[in-house]
Amino acid sequence: MSDRIFSFVIWMSAAFVGAVFLWILGDILLKGIPHLSLSFLLEQPEDAGRSGGIFPVIVSTALILMVAVAVSVPFGLGVAVWLAEFSQTGRKAASSTRLTLDVLAGVPSIVYGLFGNAFFSIFLGLGFSIFSGGLTLACMILPVFIRTAEAGLSAVNHSWREGASALGMNKTSAIWHILLPSAAPAIVAGLILGIGRATAETAALIFTSGYVDRMPGSLMDSGRALAVHIYDLSMNVTGGDSAAYASALTLIAVIITFNMMAQAMTDQWLGKKVQRA
Amino acid sequence: MILSKHSFLSRLKANRHGTDGIVSAFLSVLAGLSALLLFLVVLFLVRESWPVFSRGGWHMFLSGQDWYPLEGKFGLVPMVFASLAMMTGSVILAVPFGLAGAIFVRFYAPPVLARAYKIVMALLAGIPSVVFGLWGLTILVPMIAHIQPPGSSLLAAILILALMILPTVALTSLAALDAIPRNILDGAQALAMSRKGQILFVAIPAARAGIIGGILLAMARALGETMAVLMVAGNVVQNPDSLFAPVRALTANIALEMAYATDLHRASLFASGLFLTGVVFLLSWLAFQASERARYRSL
Repeated sequence: MSDRIFSFVIWMSAAFVGAVFLWILGDILLKGIPHLSLSFLLEQPEDAGRSGGIFPVIVSTALILMVAVAVSVPFGLGVAVWLAEFSQTGRKAASSTRLTLDVLAGVPSIVYGLFGNAFFSIFLGLGFSIFSGGLTLACMILPVFIRTAEAGLSAVNHSWREGASALGMNKTSAIWHILLPSAAPAIVAGLILGIGRATAETAALIFTSGYVDRMPGSLMDSGRALAVHIYDLSMNVTGGDSAAYASALTLIAVIITFNMMAQAMTDQWLGKKVQRA
Repeated sequence: MILSKHSFLSRLKANRHGTDGIVSAFLSVLAGLSALLLFLVVLFLVRESWPVFSRGGWHMFLSGQDWYPLEGKFGLVPMVFASLAMMTGSVILAVPFGLAGAIFVRFYAPPVLARAYKIVMALLAGIPSVVFGLWGLTILVPMIAHIQPPGSSLLAAILILALMILPTVALTSLAALDAIPRNILDGAQALAMSRKGQILFVAIPAARAGIIGGILLAMARALGETMAVLMVAGNVVQNPDSLFAPVRALTANIALEMAYATDLHRASLFASGLFLTGVVFLLSWLAFQASERARYRSL
């Protein structure tokens, strides 16, 4: 009898979690869709965001992400290649680099915000700008990106390395022509996951890229990210809730698209590996 | 296994001089820089909070209950308690549900539902914290206000945080349950233990270390969460003496006041960031230890 009660409790709690999830999703859809339209996506915000659209906010978000990606990809890829191919196994340097990266991945985002404000905005004199926001996010996604890219490189079948050696290729060209292309889907999947995380970010951006909701003229202008826009509408603007929900729906749609792309790439890559093996 | 095979035999041979040497040197500089980032973060937190240490020290934070930065009163104690209360409450809620979810997927659910539950967890983990905050502010807070105003409260923060850390608990517990060696469960079945007995007295103890590691990570996440807590908790600086009392978390305090803080006030915000980072490091380190223990046990 108690076995049946236990199983009932397990089923009920799983169902409860599913129901709460549907409740949240339903609210976001119900409150977001009426306000969402093509003109909402393509117009300037008016009346502090209560009416009008979110176009400058979308542009700022995209620019911040572009800065973050442009910095973290070459840098992160370099570190990942070093960790996977050049660092001597068992040596201290590689394992302590991995450890610091794992620690960095756990630092709360508000702390990245403090750091970005003190270092990029003030110490380097970049001010409240898209540039300092993007660099702060680059620091945030770097640890995650490096570790996934390293895992992708390490997973390349080792006979490919032997083949490259047998052909007399030097290490650099073997990495460039063989290892990086074959690990590319895993690397891109890691990158997309990082971008998804960066898109959702608010706390790290408030004091680095700022609040200004005008169209940014350059990377040195302040720009308001979509997540910051939602925060501002719901906390500081009375009557901004429906615009906030429409922005939230846009944000979630973007993030889910990113995650699905990453998942599809990983699946395809794993599928290919299985076929080859 | 795979790692050790790859690490020694199949590494590409580098020619020490020429291109490979240059590339290797360049990449190791990049790697050094990436490791330096952690140092830089801590360095700047310390640098910016230095005025606090040189003019008053920690007892300034710990002595008073009052947070009036403009009058030079920097008592962080109520906010530390509020943060701890939120973390504890959300973990107490999220752990049973997360664990039940993992047990559901591993032992009870038909494949379709197991897949659906995992998708729900992935989507829940992907919802940005500011959206949780928006939902909490517009749906949850008015509901709580019906029971007892003002609604923005410790309880609202606990409920939202519990939802946010649920995927962490569920997915790490599931990974730990999946990693239990088959023969242990077969043994339990052979002893004709009930399903409940197998799960409670064999599976969960065997997966204990992994589950604890996941809970510690969830605690770190709850403690570091800013936006959702800022939006639903009410942000009044006071000790959390009731579930319905509006309180302010340490993280929320930083986000609220950084915009206009100067001098000692600004330094004290950086110092609270330093404190948070320290606690989160400690929790991640404990989680790492737990997962190492789990790994050795399974060998």
